[in-house]
Amino acid sequence: MISRRDFLQATVAASAIWGGSGVGAWAQIAARQQLTQDQLLEFDTFGNVTLIHVTDIHGQLKPIWFREPEINLGVGEVRGLPPHVTGQDFLKLYNIEPGSPEAYALSYNDFDALARTYGKMGGLDRVATVIKAIRAARPDALLLDGGDTWHGSYTVLKTGAQDMVDAMNLLETDAMTSHWEFTLGIDRVTEIVDNLPFPFLGANIFDAEWDEPAYEPYKMFERGGVQVAVIGQAFPYLPIANPRWMFPNLSFGVREERMAEVVQEVRDAGADVVVVLSHNGFDVDRKLASRVPGIDVILTGHTHDALPEPVQVGNTMLIASGSNGKFVSRVDLDVRDGEMKGIRHKLIPIFSDVIAPDAEMTALIDGHRAPYESEMREVIGRTGSTLYRRGNFNGTWDDLICNALIEEREADIALSPGFRWGPSLISDTDITREDIYNATSMSYPNAYRSEMTGEQLKVILEDVADNLFNPDPYYQQGGDMVRVGGMGYRIDVTKPQGERLSEMTVLKTGEAVDPSKTYVVAGWASVNEGTEGPPIWDVVENWVRGQGTVNIDPNESVDVIGG
Amino acid sequence: MTYTRRETLVLGASSIAMLAVAPAAFAATTDEEIAAFTGGAAAGEGGIEIGAPEIAENGNVVPVEVTAPGAEEIMLLATGNPSPTVCKVKFGPAAGSQRVSTRIRLAKTQDVLAMARMGDGSFVQATRTVKVTIGGCGG
Repeated sequence: MISRRDFLQATVAASAIWGGSGVGAWAQIAARQQLTQDQLLEFDTFGNVTLIHVTDIHGQLKPIWFREPEINLGVGEVRGLPPHVTGQDFLKLYNIEPGSPEAYALSYNDFDALARTYGKMGGLDRVATVIKAIRAARPDALLLDGGDTWHGSYTVLKTGAQDMVDAMNLLETDAMTSHWEFTLGIDRVTEIVDNLPFPFLGANIFDAEWDEPAYEPYKMFERGGVQVAVIGQAFPYLPIANPRWMFPNLSFGVREERMAEVVQEVRDAGADVVVVLSHNGFDVDRKLASRVPGIDVILTGHTHDALPEPVQVGNTMLIASGSNGKFVSRVDLDVRDGEMKGIRHKLIPIFSDVIAPDAEMTALIDGHRAPYESEMREVIGRTGSTLYRRGNFNGTWDDLICNALIEEREADIALSPGFRWGPSLISDTDITREDIYNATSMSYPNAYRSEMTGEQLKVILEDVADNLFNPDPYYQQGGDMVRVGGMGYRIDVTKPQGERLSEMTVLKTGEAVDPSKTYVVAGWASVNEGTEGPPIWDVVENWVRGQGTVNIDPNESVDVIGG
Repeated sequence: MTYTRRETLVLGASSIAMLAVAPAAFAATTDEEIAAFTGGAAAGEGGIEIGAPEIAENGNVVPVEVTAPGAEEIMLLATGNPSPTVCKVKFGPAAGSQRVSTRIRLAKTQDVLAMARMGDGSFVQATRTVKVTIGGCGG
């Protein structure tokens, strides 16, 4: 498909030959010319095994805008290491020209302006085109889905994720792992998994009562004359970060010893190459790779990082493929004599105006959307600001949600979870009902209103901060800091739990938060069973409708130290 | 005799039940328990492993497994609980393995401590931090 826009050359590609040039420099071609589908797909087929990785699609069947984070701090040993590099530093690290398509795809700088130039990204019908093109070059390429697929949109909510299940089946997925999938409730998960034409892998998912494996840990594939073991690793902290009562008989956890056992098991069973399809989050996978020998490739997920080059830890290559359908990773491996001899990788950006949609997938998507199209398209209001979610401490989408909670629920303080999913909107565009659901769709949406003391608020914020900034990655849950409306605070990310937060201040009065005083707090997505209140999308819709045009003031209420 | 894993689990659980009836007022501190167990001898590292989740999924029932090959007795303490003693398990000479698996309640984030008295009368110990968190904000 020929671009309708004036694109620059984009080479979101890395050609890393093990033992050759090492992990090579990225985006060397600076020549300005029209961006084409052929360029995006250009790849010198290598070795004998191809992996295609998609992850954290979060129900996004259609092209979206998605602004990458400005603040994504690493703590301890990973401070300043990818993916904890953002903005100009990121562009410099990977030798990317500011203002280029790859800069738009991978950083937050000038997001709003570049979004108008380069358009939306993703769309599963474009992803289908890319996957078909890869399979044309390598017919037995493995398509591996890192999970967070059956969640995150209006149609997922209305169809019980049947839209995503059908779409991933049409793509002929070879295996997947999971996280938000389980928030459909165990009965629906079981119903889907029982009919899934590919394995639903999770080496770390156990029966909670007897501590026995609950799902297939791995699948062995014969590809290119070699045995490829794909081990699944679900999100370790599902029963903590999401409502345990929705899947009460399952236990998760990092289970490093279990991973070591399964790696040994697949090696003993004849695996020539070992791939972990993971929903651990990048830093957890980095630590896992440093401690469990025998893993060749980890296809990372959960933390929504997009990296144009693999990160090498010992003999393990970590691949980060972004989120929301924005990227597809192609990984070619040369596997001989029972070991991985070389790797070539490309992070393919899905520019939706450049890559032609696959007609069969477009028809499937439109079929699922048709019954809901008019409801989804209804314009609720407009935004004067860019609305985005990613960032360790705040995002304008969450500022909007907190403002809505405070005003609609008559609260002093609002709390909104530090989710990393949810596409962005650029300024001076309509806010449709679908946009609101894209930022809020879930199975436990009730907007609660309760009373908390200042001390309780401090305990909650310290707890969440430790889930994000604990220097040991195995104690990190991979979300961002809970977003706070109506209250400011100072945080020193280098301190231990209980000492990170200070200067908690009620914004409307400027008074310090009193530990013994009671405040009215509104929030949503509580993991507690029986939480009461209207669904968050109704709260947001009512507020946006009342506003007409929404403008979000710059958020200066969090003072960060040690970043 | 050889205990199966499940029987050991039940054994461990019943040990907790027994100790749980002791009034809190008589609860010994961690240091007192260690001193009573070792008689004041220093404990070495290695030869004993604790299996436990990094973060508890449910602080009321945290699975903990201690393995100490060659141990004659294993003591398990939850150092941050009001009453730290969890259980002491003795192994006879015919025991097939020296492993205890149980589920314990943890009041808050804390170190779980395991000590073993070995066949030669020496002691080894290990600790593992288990976090008890409010949760609910993972993304």
